[in-house]
Amino acid sequence: MSKLSLITKGIIKENPTFVLVLGMCPTLGTTTSAMNGLGMGLATLFVLTMSNIVVSAVSGFIPGKVRIPSFIVIIATFVTVLQFVMQAFTPGLYATLGIFIPLIVVNCIVLGRAEAFASKNSVGDSALDGIGIGLGFTLALTVLGMVRELLGSASIFGIKLIEGDGILVFILAPGAFIALGYLLVLFNKLKAKIS
Amino acid sequence: MAKVSSLKNMVMTLLAICFVASALLAGVYAITKEPIDAAQIAKTNYAIAKVVPKFDNDPSADMFAKEIDGKSFNVYPAKQGGAIVGYAIETFSTRGFGGRIILMVGFNADGTINNTAVLSHTETPGLGDKMVEGKSNFSVQFKGKNPADFKLIVKKDGGDVDAITASTISSRAFCDAVSKAYDVYKICAKDVEKKEVPNE
Repeated sequence: MSKLSLITKGIIKENPTFVLVLGMCPTLGTTTSAMNGLGMGLATLFVLTMSNIVVSAVSGFIPGKVRIPSFIVIIATFVTVLQFVMQAFTPGLYATLGIFIPLIVVNCIVLGRAEAFASKNSVGDSALDGIGIGLGFTLALTVLGMVRELLGSASIFGIKLIEGDGILVFILAPGAFIALGYLLVLFNKLKAKIS
Repeated sequence: MAKVSSLKNMVMTLLAICFVASALLAGVYAITKEPIDAAQIAKTNYAIAKVVPKFDNDPSADMFAKEIDGKSFNVYPAKQGGAIVGYAIETFSTRGFGGRIILMVGFNADGTINNTAVLSHTETPGLGDKMVEGKSNFSVQFKGKNPADFKLIVKKDGGDVDAITASTISSRAFCDAVSKAYDVYKICAKDVEKKEVPNE
């Protein structure tokens, strides 16, 4: 597998949100606006890449039976580091993402990649895989956030396009499911056309 | 790939990983502690400056706490040339639709509300979050009102406050927090009077 395809497969062929449909909790919970989606995506990208690198580097030393707890500690460490850094330097974004930042620990995409890819591949490949999957997740969350923000509050990235209120339901949880459903259909239709 | 597990190597591995992880976290915590505190203070100071009239002291340094019904409220007095021109009172309500809301309410020295600012809330985006200034005119109606003759209850319940459409619960919580702040203000005002009497 070429190095480039390691990155691109995460964006299209194995997109964590639209194809694997993993990590639905942050996907549905944080995408009330494009900015929140982007922030959550980048936070996950960071954790995913770092944990993939470390897991891949140390997996040879870890006995099989304590594999999962070891991975979880590694992931939790990076999430906590991220939490401190965000609190210190982007308090605004941290306040809006709130509980979802610590919840990255239990995001099944992160543990899934550590277990299924990083523990069996080289450090370099694992880093690229983390970046690829992370980008795919970021892209999906940003698009979902844009759609929900556009329909729900008639703006994109906080810029008001039309005066007045949007269709409120898209900001709320049911709207997240509706928007995600239609995006899933669109994405898979496009994917089928490409391949 | 994975090594054969024995009790010894499992314990050692987990111990090593946890040790490195906690060392790393301790390091990051030490580095980010200062910026985190600074960000917190900056946020509070910004809210204070927004809700009280012009001042020349450091309200965070003069902060004192007042207790009502066992709950402690932080009061940030704003002074101009040593005389108190207003109070910023950090108040809260647990009656929000999504949980706790925390407000900073600024009073002028005469007890009228100068301005309000939402410090944190978990209300529904698009409905209850309209209590945040700039998202709707809800919070503007409190400006310049004196709770002594402006009933801090939504109109539906017989008060004077126009509730946010479809967010009566959030509006009630906002009023609840503001009236708590007013109770704190009354205590502060009384304390000032007491202090002034012996001087005369």
